Amino acid sequence: MRNILCDTLTKCSDNPKFVFLTGDLGYQALEPLQQTLGERFINAGVAEQNMVSVAAGLAKVGLQPWVYSISPFVYARPFEQIRNDVCLHDFPVRLVGNGGGYAYGVMGATHHALEDYGAMLCLMNMRVFVPAFAADVLEIINQLHSFNHPAYLRLGRCEKPKDVDLPPYTPWRRLLQGEGATMLIVGPLAGGIIDAAQHLSDAYRPNLWILTELPIEPAKIPQDFLDDLEKSGHLFIVEEHIAHGGVGQIIARCLLEMGRLPTKFTHRHALGYVSGLYGSQTFHRQECGLDPTSILEKLKG
Amino acid sequence: MTTIKKLINKAKRRLLRMHFESNVGHIGGNLSCLDLLVCLYHKIIEDKDAFVLSKGHAAGSLYTTLWSLGCLSDEDLQTFHQNGTKLAGHPPINGIPKILFATGSLGHGLSLSNGLALGKKLKGEAGRVFCLLSDGEWNEGSNWEALIFAVHQKLNQLTIIIDCNGLQGFGTTHEVANLEPLTDKFLAFGCAVTEINGHDPDNIIEALSLTMTKPHVILAYTTKGHGISFMENKMEWHYLPMTLEQYQQALEETSL
Repeated sequence: MRNILCDTLTKCSDNPKFVFLTGDLGYQALEPLQQTLGERFINAGVAEQNMVSVAAGLAKVGLQPWVYSISPFVYARPFEQIRNDVCLHDFPVRLVGNGGGYAYGVMGATHHALEDYGAMLCLMNMRVFVPAFAADVLEIINQLHSFNHPAYLRLGRCEKPKDVDLPPYTPWRRLLQGEGATMLIVGPLAGGIIDAAQHLSDAYRPNLWILTELPIEPAKIPQDFLDDLEKSGHLFIVEEHIAHGGVGQIIARCLLEMGRLPTKFTHRHALGYVSGLYGSQTFHRQECGLDPTSILEKLKG
Repeated sequence: MTTIKKLINKAKRRLLRMHFESNVGHIGGNLSCLDLLVCLYHKIIEDKDAFVLSKGHAAGSLYTTLWSLGCLSDEDLQTFHQNGTKLAGHPPINGIPKILFATGSLGHGLSLSNGLALGKKLKGEAGRVFCLLSDGEWNEGSNWEALIFAVHQKLNQLTIIIDCNGLQGFGTTHEVANLEPLTDKFLAFGCAVTEINGHDPDNIIEALSLTMTKPHVILAYTTKGHGISFMENKMEWHYLPMTLEQYQQALEETSL
């Protein structure tokens, strides 16, 4: 997703308001953007607190700053700068976190982003974008150009199965239909689950939905999703994020408020470091029951 | 008495009245930087310039200075710290055009000023950016990040004013986290440094008028609670409101 981010932003570089700041990251990825933007590409150094407030100052004078780093270094380290300098003032600063969830794998816990969108959604005016597929990044960036509020974009690795065609981009998309659970997936791990679940028999195959924008606005939950939920009676949430502040909690609250609660609720989410050992993103997903095999077992009851 | 000294005195008496009427503390650190703010706003700042109050607890001084310019009214100041006011204890998010950012958590203002200065540079706009910080505020690591950035990005239109009153939240700056020699530190980071008496208007205006080829740090040596005998250099005046007797004495000491 990082490459498509770079390609898309490079194409927008003729916008004189566009400024890109990186916290000294982007080697072998952001060089084309650096070359095209010239002085509007700022390597702010390993100093994320300053970088975020600088972005707020740039936004104050009418520029459109993007701030890039590995996820935890862009949402956790400068949290107060995001809260006070960006969100309180409702500045259109775009925070881009590379490596959502366990994407940095065996690099270790400090590089994982397991509570990123929950933390960001606590802040006033903040909107979160979690593209599930590389193609979503393009759509989201195009949307962000005219979005006048703070935004956090969580990037991961696209896992779209080759034989799956994506419907046109919307924040809620149904990718599979069946008679099983109503499944709502956040993030790129959707790809592997779609690949496995599409071959299930009708009875077990879920109505599989992808959600890419947060917070959830109850009025914008598609009627088709609510109909699916009513029919199946089973809401199955999958997200590479801890339970607290995650989509499971958010949608449960929405449905409670709407009086549309399902009879069965399954929430698969990040569990931290179950064995205390480290491995690839796949290893951590397996430890949390977020891998396609575990999800399929659950779907089959 | 010069016009600027009269203006400072008028603002000081209004500051005392505002804090007394609202029964609010933080007066010591307001009095240490009031001369700096009045000189800056009346003699230096032009429309194309920008100012950020990083030491947000000196909001009273800023409000009073804006009042002395006619940007805030007496009625506005009477709402200070009251329910429904736009004049909160620290600068508000919006509602006062000359206040660009809500500050109050220390160590944010300089980076915000960097953003303003960089933005002006990228847009090819003229104008200086001034940022007022406290000395204790240099405990914050983010300020040193900001300083490295300002020098590296050649934000030469940036003037960093430090209100060196020597007292911070729970002790003197020497006792809490001694940063001396501060001047050497700023020089080592690549700034231009000027040291002034922060209560001498001529000294202040002269330093603020300088244009430099590097970010300019003005170390303004000041007295917490300046001009009020029982407040000077007393840490408790970071916190305490005035009694009626103390307010009357403060007025006597500032009468011309």
